[in-house]
Amino acid sequence: MLPASRYSGKAHRCIRALRTVQTEYAAPQLYTTLHRRACSSVATPQITTHYTIHSRDKDPRWEGVEMERFADEADVVIVGGGPAGLSAAIRLKQLANEHEKELRVCLVEKASQIGAHTLSGACLEPSALNELFPDWKERGAPMNTPVTEDVFSILTEKHRIPVPILPGLPMGNHGNYIVRLGNFVRWLGEQAEELGVEIYPGYAAAEVLFHDDGSVKGIATNDVGIGKDGSPKDVFERGMELHAKVTLFGEGCHGHLAKQLYKQFNLRENCEPQTYAIGLKEVWTIDEKKWRPGRVEHSVGWPLNRNTYGGSFLYHLNEGEPLVALGFVVGLDYSNPYLSPFREFQRWKHHPFVAPTLEGGSRIAYGARALNEGGLQSIPKLTFPGGLLIGCSPGFMNVPKIKGTHTAMKSGMLAAEAIFPKVTAESTESETTGLHVPEYSDNLKNSWVWKELHAVRNIRPSFHNYFGLYGGMVYTGVFYWIFRGKEPWTLKHCGLDAHQLKPAKDCTPIEYPKPDGKLSFDLLSSVALSGTNHEGDQPPHLTLRDDSVPVNRNLAIYDGPEQRFCPAGVYEYVPLETGDGMRLQINAQNCVHCKTCDIKDPSQNINWVVPEGGGGPAYNGM
Amino acid sequence: MHFWARTVNIFSTFHLKTWSRSACQCHNQIRVKPDNSSVVTDGVKHSMNPFCEIAVEEAVKLKEKKLIKEVVAVSCGPQQAQETIRTALAMGADRGIHVEVSGKDYETLGPLQVSKIMAALAKKEEAQLVILGKQAIDDDCNQTGQMTAALLDWPQGTFASEVAFDGDKIKVVREIDGGLETIMISSPAVITADLRLNTPRYATLPNIMKAKKKKIANVKPADLGVDLTSRLEVLRVDEPPQREAGVKVETVDDLVSKLKDAGRL
Repeated sequence: MLPASRYSGKAHRCIRALRTVQTEYAAPQLYTTLHRRACSSVATPQITTHYTIHSRDKDPRWEGVEMERFADEADVVIVGGGPAGLSAAIRLKQLANEHEKELRVCLVEKASQIGAHTLSGACLEPSALNELFPDWKERGAPMNTPVTEDVFSILTEKHRIPVPILPGLPMGNHGNYIVRLGNFVRWLGEQAEELGVEIYPGYAAAEVLFHDDGSVKGIATNDVGIGKDGSPKDVFERGMELHAKVTLFGEGCHGHLAKQLYKQFNLRENCEPQTYAIGLKEVWTIDEKKWRPGRVEHSVGWPLNRNTYGGSFLYHLNEGEPLVALGFVVGLDYSNPYLSPFREFQRWKHHPFVAPTLEGGSRIAYGARALNEGGLQSIPKLTFPGGLLIGCSPGFMNVPKIKGTHTAMKSGMLAAEAIFPKVTAESTESETTGLHVPEYSDNLKNSWVWKELHAVRNIRPSFHNYFGLYGGMVYTGVFYWIFRGKEPWTLKHCGLDAHQLKPAKDCTPIEYPKPDGKLSFDLLSSVALSGTNHEGDQPPHLTLRDDSVPVNRNLAIYDGPEQRFCPAGVYEYVPLETGDGMRLQINAQNCVHCKTCDIKDPSQNINWVVPEGGGGPAYNGM
Repeated sequence: MHFWARTVNIFSTFHLKTWSRSACQCHNQIRVKPDNSSVVTDGVKHSMNPFCEIAVEEAVKLKEKKLIKEVVAVSCGPQQAQETIRTALAMGADRGIHVEVSGKDYETLGPLQVSKIMAALAKKEEAQLVILGKQAIDDDCNQTGQMTAALLDWPQGTFASEVAFDGDKIKVVREIDGGLETIMISSPAVITADLRLNTPRYATLPNIMKAKKKKIANVKPADLGVDLTSRLEVLRVDEPPQREAGVKVETVDDLVSKLKDAGRL
């Protein structure tokens, strides 16, 4: 807990009151009212100015501002220019050309160019690509590094235990390619444009639109020209409405529109809550002598303890210069609020098995993104009137393989195949104005995606036992390797990641080594490498439902975990100018759009919404 | 060094030409190629040079005030330069001209070559005003506008923070080191835009969609009779030296002796 001397008597009484009424989540209202009564002198400065929290309808500064939006019609609108969205767009146009039908497909993407917000390891399994473009090699797909060596280790603080990758184990990579997914997605974007897909990078889908009958009508892009305080600037322009017969939502892991759709259509009533991990990644140029193109290294164990899920990857790319892509994944169901995924990543690089590869090299890129770990158990209902969910948004990642791109692409392709006959039909037999396409769900369940996810469904949850990592590995060895996941039971996850944190007083702070500037680095220089930037004069897009909760709850009980789990230094607790107490400072410009805060906030008070399009990281082949 | 073509606005009583240039975004992480020949531009995000945006905005504003008839946006570069022209069209330009320059020619394309192209186009299109951004943010040359004016033998109003029409003359308020200088120049003329000239509008999505229907003509430098051979040879590109840690000294004598040691005194 924070040093007692920092607090006034009133604050002490607050904290004591908090401890006595501590419960999991019935508490938030109770805390804030207690606080308001006991700590009324500590006024919370206003942090959130976004119109999703402070509506513009009653705001006098918005009186008389023209709010009419220009609208346009397409046959299909796709939100998100990642592997799933682009594969769906491409497949639709391929079908349209095959059947000689006209089809207007519009794709909106919040990044300033396709691929700029894409981040992944990545070892691509070419199964879906072979179906989409059997001639991908001739088309120049940037798949230049077939996997030649596959190494798996359990790390201890100073040593390494090699684990043989027997054929059949999920982490085997024979036949796969190491890719820079950003470049691959950019290539997909070029293929899509050639086929006639209208791609609009730099325009974020900010709002879902509905018909009167409740079905999805389309989306509206973000407004521009709103000042930091929430007032309209001279250059204010309303976003545009894109209406479609069907809207595909491919926002990637933990999309903000998907979050709304889950509530609106109750899509999560029969599935478990999604569970996530955060993946941090760097790209390094290394000494040529250390370079072994095609080599894939994975590890588990140190520096994480056996009860924290996670591990590392290090891939040697073969694209002309000696580049390696390396990174660290930490399951977001960790319980120690003092854990910092970024610093775990930095200290892992010092391990005697990893450091020699990086010595003499230099870091050229950094980034982070959340990923799904829920597998089959966490897949929500995928279709609703007027739309459907594709890719990592509902979440089709094969966790033990740590691959989700091939399943995301396949889900996009299946979506396209399911909706094509409906959007090109002469007459629609739909009950609702927005088309409902439940066939997509059925097709997915009958495809190799479902078979694959079914076989590995119990591996991730098997880590929730006393032996943690080791229990999980034994389970995988027995039930997956020998029995291929055919056991009749399905294990459950633990619930929401946000509720797994223990109070700070019950946990020990972790002593992280200082970055040495050669192998490990500090957070701010890393964020600079991500090239992230946002228009400064706009409301922070990390909105808080209640501005007082961070200090009163997150800081008080959990010692402000957001200052540790954010890989971009967005959240900082700084002393108040008046001297007594702390306040939360949100450095929204640093945000790399990883979504970890929305997932892991123990109070579930942070709601990530999309900033002005074009803002965010500028990843180049990540 | 530059990455896309220069932005030059040509404005005339008939039509205004705006020249858009793409440049690397300022917050991009740039690194030098392993052979020290130049920087890596592959996959690096390019967008319209900020001063060129201001120039395009000024052109569109003049058209909205009905002082000019037509705004033409021009850009030199490879295929991707068309995106920059489309942004200018989305902001309000009427048509575009893409001068195709790619490969080795593009790598050595500098202010001199661009201003020759601009001068040729200005004469061909009978433009009466050329408005450019004052400089590109990736190479900071600040030469194209001035060279274009010299080649055309036209007056120039550079670093403009205000442009107004006065009969057949143009009043330009220039930002100079000492403050603001107001000059009166006759048209045809060349103007380069500085930061405070205006605040560019956003290119909204409906306008981007409409811009797809506006025409962009393709032109080759050879058609304009321009020779692109560069008179400059880049010998080497290096990253700036790593910033050394500062040294604290206790007394003034210490400071003086340290400066002497470093050869500064």
